[in-house]
Amino acid sequence: MLENLTGRLQQVVKTLRGQARLTEENIQDAMREVRMALLEADVALPVVKDFIAHVKERAQGREVLQSLTPGQAVIQVVHDELAKLMGEHNAALNLASVPPAIILMAGLQGSGKTTTSAKLARLLKEQKKKVLLVSADVYRPAAIEQLRTLAEQLGIDCFDSNAAQKPEDIARNALDYARRHFHDVMIFDTAGRLAIDEAMMAEIKNLHALLNPIETLFVVDAMQGQDAVNTARAFNETLPLTGIVLTKLDGDARGGAALSVRQITGRPIKFVGVSEKVDGLEPFHPERMASRILGMGDVLSLIEQAQKNVDIDEAKKLADKVKSGKSFDLEDFKNQMLQMRKMGGMGALMDKMPAQLANMANNVNPEVGDKALRRIEGIINSMTPQERRKPDLLKASRKRRIAAGAGVQVQDVNRLLNQFEEMQKMMKMFSKGGMTKMMRAMQGRFPGMR
Amino acid sequence: MLNFFKKNKDESPSPEPKASWAERLKQGLTRTRTQLGNQLGGLFGGGKIDEEVYEELESILLTADVGVGATQALLEQVRTTVKRQHLTDTTQLREALQQALIGLLEPLAQPLDTGTHKPYVIMLAGVNGAGKTTTIGKLAWRLQAEGKSVLIAAGDTFRAAAREQLAEWGERNQVQVISQTGGDPAAVIFDAVNAAKARGIDVVLADTAGRLPTQLNLMEEIRKVKRVIDKAYPGAPHEILLVLDANTGQNAIAQVKAFDDALGVTGLALTKLDGTARGGVIAAIAKERPIPIRFIGVGEQLDDLQPFDAKEFVEALFS
Repeated sequence: MLENLTGRLQQVVKTLRGQARLTEENIQDAMREVRMALLEADVALPVVKDFIAHVKERAQGREVLQSLTPGQAVIQVVHDELAKLMGEHNAALNLASVPPAIILMAGLQGSGKTTTSAKLARLLKEQKKKVLLVSADVYRPAAIEQLRTLAEQLGIDCFDSNAAQKPEDIARNALDYARRHFHDVMIFDTAGRLAIDEAMMAEIKNLHALLNPIETLFVVDAMQGQDAVNTARAFNETLPLTGIVLTKLDGDARGGAALSVRQITGRPIKFVGVSEKVDGLEPFHPERMASRILGMGDVLSLIEQAQKNVDIDEAKKLADKVKSGKSFDLEDFKNQMLQMRKMGGMGALMDKMPAQLANMANNVNPEVGDKALRRIEGIINSMTPQERRKPDLLKASRKRRIAAGAGVQVQDVNRLLNQFEEMQKMMKMFSKGGMTKMMRAMQGRFPGMR
Repeated sequence: MLNFFKKNKDESPSPEPKASWAERLKQGLTRTRTQLGNQLGGLFGGGKIDEEVYEELESILLTADVGVGATQALLEQVRTTVKRQHLTDTTQLREALQQALIGLLEPLAQPLDTGTHKPYVIMLAGVNGAGKTTTIGKLAWRLQAEGKSVLIAAGDTFRAAAREQLAEWGERNQVQVISQTGGDPAAVIFDAVNAAKARGIDVVLADTAGRLPTQLNLMEEIRKVKRVIDKAYPGAPHEILLVLDANTGQNAIAQVKAFDDALGVTGLALTKLDGTARGGVIAAIAKERPIPIRFIGVGEQLDDLQPFDAKEFVEALFS
């Protein structure tokens, strides 16, 4: 969905770019587009209206009208407002209380509270905190079991509660237990509840009073639609929320709910869930999200990911080779593929690239691309080290052997060699030209491009 | 509504006498009705039709998650009707909108017929937290009430304690649950289908782990599950039920498309309609990918899974 929004807004820029001057009329058109884009991304209507009003006011201001590139100026305004709407900077978890610091989790059914609790516990354990996980979900079958299993996997203490107990009793006993066993943090998972279920809302209010948590986190599904405003408002009125966790952000719907909930509650989004796995919880970076919505690409995340996954020495070796421009061989080619896969494959990379670059490469099918990468790896693995260093050695009979070894056709081997040659050329170009030139050269010459 | 489970944990759940299903749906949709209905009531209280009315109408549909595309199409249709029939009053406008919505949804109200095969294999799919496992529990209850024998296959081998959750549903319904520790989902369901054949079971309900359509490897996995079911019983699964959370916004359309492309979805179940979410995205789905809507979930009780009825759904929205 974010991609959609990105695309839409780019369309807007394109229209605006062609116009020398901003008029009342074309601002109106642009705002209509922005409005539709935000709505399609599930931003709640009242929030959209507010947003548009803000942006329009600023767009009609002097700074934009006097700008030489009014289109860019409007986008700048949209970007600024978007970033503002999502909170200016990343808010950290507050654990400054007499231990145990208590974190209360609240949210609708199926928003991801239990999984998030476990992920959060893991994150805190990494920071050398002694964490206790507690589940007071006595309603959903095996919910407590779910948290216990996750806790076991992570090697984190889990309070022994069961479905026959009252949530209030669990809270009291768990608190006592955490104090006696000197836990630094207690994460208290609750049952999913509807905001209109008065009995259940009263229950969580009681739990809050009993536990007096330092953090009350509202867990929101990134796929949620217009109703996010109503739910967020109701929860915010019942509980003094301190932060928001946005889950399932690894799906393809991820814009709207974040904006709506943030606007309605005024609370910061503290974390985002980005995978099913227990390590899939990341701090939220509002400015990055705003950039991403506007198609500026999440380059910062990409760099971070690269730092985490790429072997620096390996990369340096390659960089040196690229600079020299000649000795780039098949072994390097393979290493490059490996690095790329470590970073999550083509799809993940494309996702984070700035829109201009992604557009140039937009005829890449990430799925096919990743498959092709694996195949190339297989072919290169079937070569001898000498062949990898000197691809010129490869003549018909060697190619046949390699094809048989990798389970492909000779044509595939030939295609790889062609691609490799192109890549070699590209590397030379890169040492002279730079990224943009390279991307242009890449078009149609990379595995998976049609 | 949750009190039901709190108090009756140990008893086997029994259906209590209840109001007609239209009334129950209305109850479930009360929120929807007060929101949409009140707004519309104010809007349709009579008076002249002007641009402002249409604009108001647009925002009502949009806030119900109907989506930009479907909203515009619906409004276009209503505009045409107004012009052609020379409607002048907002009350008539309401009627026209209602008809347009019914026209969109009516063809999709097709109940599930599990009598065509034995065992009839239903495979459930959906994103994480949509309510697949709960839907299986309710579905098992429903099918048993119809006098069918049911077998559940615990195909969610990924999520912690998913098996235990199903086992508990099975216990409540007194239904057998086939599961394996840490097994392959396809293998578990394969076993279950074979067991059902051997035991002469009427319906097999196959659970799968929640997955986001962006996780291509998991989408590949679920395709395999489907292929393996076909091996255990050629022609099966007979129904691929995609479970959608009514809270979901426009992404529901993307979900339907992705799962349909991967599996060929034959039916939809819309859950969690008892909240404040309006589930208007159904209209958008009906337009983009018309797939029969089999069930809607209007509460947390076992019997709160109801067949979808377009007229009553729309009427409940407007009354």
